[in-house]
This record gives sequence, C-alpha cells and structure tokens, in this order.
Amino acid sequence: MLATNLKHIKSEEEFFQAVENDENVMICCGRMGPMCIPVYDIMEDLEEKYEKVKFYDLDFDAPHAHVLRNHELSRTFMGLPFTFYFKNGKAVKATSSIQSKAQVKENLETYLLKD
Amino acid sequence: MSARHYDVIVLGAGSAGLTAGIYLGRAKLKTLIINEGTVGGQMVLTHAVANYPGVLETGGFQLSQIMKQQARQFGCKIESNVEVTQLDLISKVKQVEIDHDEVYTADAVIIATGGKPRKLGLLSEDQFKGLGISYCATCDGDFYAGKDIIVVGGGNSALEEAVSLTKWVNSVTIIHQFDHFQAHQHAIDEATNHPKISFIMESEITKFLGNDTVEGVSIINKRTGETSVVPTNGVFIYIGYLPNSEKFKGIVDLSEYGEVIVDENMKSNLPGVFAAGDIRKKKYRQITTAVSDGTIAALSTIDYIQNLKNNFV
Repeated sequence: MLATNLKHIKSEEEFFQAVENDENVMICCGRMGPMCIPVYDIMEDLEEKYEKVKFYDLDFDAPHAHVLRNHELSRTFMGLPFTFYFKNGKAVKATSSIQSKAQVKENLETYLLKD
Repeated sequence: MSARHYDVIVLGAGSAGLTAGIYLGRAKLKTLIINEGTVGGQMVLTHAVANYPGVLETGGFQLSQIMKQQARQFGCKIESNVEVTQLDLISKVKQVEIDHDEVYTADAVIIATGGKPRKLGLLSEDQFKGLGISYCATCDGDFYAGKDIIVVGGGNSALEEAVSLTKWVNSVTIIHQFDHFQAHQHAIDEATNHPKISFIMESEITKFLGNDTVEGVSIINKRTGETSVVPTNGVFIYIGYLPNSEKFKGIVDLSEYGEVIVDENMKSNLPGVFAAGDIRKKKYRQITTAVSDGTIAALSTIDYIQNLKNNFV
C-alpha cells in the first residue's frame, strides 16, 4: 500500500465503486518514487479546497492496478505516475509522469468542474 | 504585529530549509516555511541515502518526512505547494505574498529554494513527457524493457543512471555536448566499460521525433555542424540543475549562474536576508552540506533577530 494520506483503492471492486459512486474522481496510480510523491502531495493539498472531487491513489504494482495500467487512455504512457480524471464513471483525461499543482488544478477545472 | 507576522519566513522546504526551521523553532522563533513544491525538495528525488551520518541507509523521502515532522514539532508552520506571487525583501519588515492571496510578513527571511532539474528547452519536451521522455530511471526504467534508449548528459547522474537502465533496456546511447565527461572517474569507467552503452560526443539533441510517443531524435554535432537522426524509444535527461532564483534577480546579489551570494554566516547583501543550501553559490551540493548551511543560516538569523529586538540593527 502507498504511504500517502490519500484514500487507497485496494481492489478492483473498490475502483469501480469509487468511479461510479461519485461524479468527480481523480486517481493517481504510481509508486513511492520521486515522480509520484509530488503528485500525491499536491492531491492531499487540494482535497480540502476541492470538496466536489474525490481523490484516491492506487499502487501501480498491485494486481488490480490493471484497470488503469491497461486502460485505453494510458496505452502510450511510459512514465509514472498515471493520473486519471473520471466524470460520472467515465475517464475523461489521463496524464503520464510528474505534474505540477497548476497542471492538476487546470485538469480538475477543465475536465471535472467546468459546469 | 498581526497573526500573519512571523519572526522568520523560510522560503523552501528542502534539507536546508527544514533544518533552518528546526533550529529556529527550537529557539522559540515564530517561523513559517513556504515551499513552492513538495516538502523535501531534491532530497525526495534520492532513492537511497547511504552517506548521511548517523543513519545507515534510508530513502530521501523518508528522511524528508522526519525533518518535516521535527520542524513541525518545534512549532514551524509549513505551507507547501503554493506559489510565491510577490516579494519584498528590501524593506525592514519583509513581505511574502502567496497564490495572489495571503500576505505574510517577517523580520527576517532565509532563502532556501534549492534547484530544479535543467531541461533541454526544446518545444516538444513537455509534449513527450511520460511518452518517451523521462527524468527518473528507477521510476520509469521498466517501461523500456528490451528497448533502445538515449541518456542525455555527461555528469555523475547521467552515467550512473545509464548503467542502472541497462538492467531493463537493450541498449543505451549517451549523448553529451562535450568531448569529455564531468563525472567522477568510477562512474566514467563503469559506463565506458559497459557492453550495452555507446556514446555520441560533442552533440546535442535539436528535436524530438514521433507522433504519440518518441520515435527518434535529431542531433547536431557541435564541432562539425553535421546533423543526423537517431532512432530511439525513449530519452532520459540528466543535464544538471538550475537554481530557483528567478524571483530574487535584481533584489539579492546573485552569481553569474543565478546562485545567491552569501558570506560564511549565510548573510546576503540585504539586511535580514540569508540563504542556505543549493540556492547559494558553493562548490559541493549534498544533503549534509545543505543541512550545515541551514544550521548556520538559522543561527545567524537568531542573532539578527536578537539584535533587532535589542535595537542593535
């Protein structure tokens, strides 16, 4: 399990529950590496400010991570972490490798909260 | 003074900034640490720290978390992942605005903003980030299993990471702008003797090629001007670091490389402004040297604040 303060997705069932039960979901799928840790840190900071979004992490090496590792949007990805944005159960945006706070906020605003 | 006034504001929460915070907090100075990125700075980028005295081996992330906890235990407030949008370091009461919103004041400021990895600066570099361009071999190496990749750079990081990548990849081509390496001899020997590693010297990448992912790079030989294309599946970039000093240009004395110039007590040219860690002009950049700088900067600041309270400044 990842050593973050985010909610962890621990099974495939939890993954589907998370994306289907909430309108706006952001999931960071990675390891405890230098490119991933800053993104978890940013998400922890944004959790308070973005109450309409649910933030999760998912261990990239866990068996159930195949739901994002093999996702259509991540087929060309070659850098951790994979970051996914889900709107009403559908993946609307995904990014590969480290992201800045500004990039994460822009994706939240553009793909999840634009209405 | 208002609740937003602090004795000291530390800009940066890497090893220098956190150490300064620990000393300032322990001296009962009201201290705010403001950090534009992740707490821990470049320390977080280090997977294994084996030369930090008193600790047999730990991860950079783990070490940073302990330093953060120590700083908080001594009473420091830490604001991380914020943007410093305005600065006044010249007035007697220093002022820092974050996120165009909150304004904090302090009697003294320690600049410990560290450095950031240097990028090649090519237009397509951001476009291919995570799609064939990487800055971390241990993070992304396994995505390139059996592939032919390029490492850019000629320092210790470039050569050591190139060797590390050979665990996964079919071949590594190191592209370096000079005819010699800046790395230590042991790193040069290990890379040059490795059967999977080859070299293109005196050359620079001018363009990344590909559609969805990197498929090759255009390079130019700096001596002959000859251009060519090198097919590749991935490019790992290790070309050094730049000081995070853009905000201080024209305010604090900087070296030609943008490092803050300080004296042996970490004092800058401005009263009440100190600097510590990788942001300052110095030769050796290690966690231990940053910790040392942070300690000295904090002790100098404590003296400065004491003199200020006694009206000696």
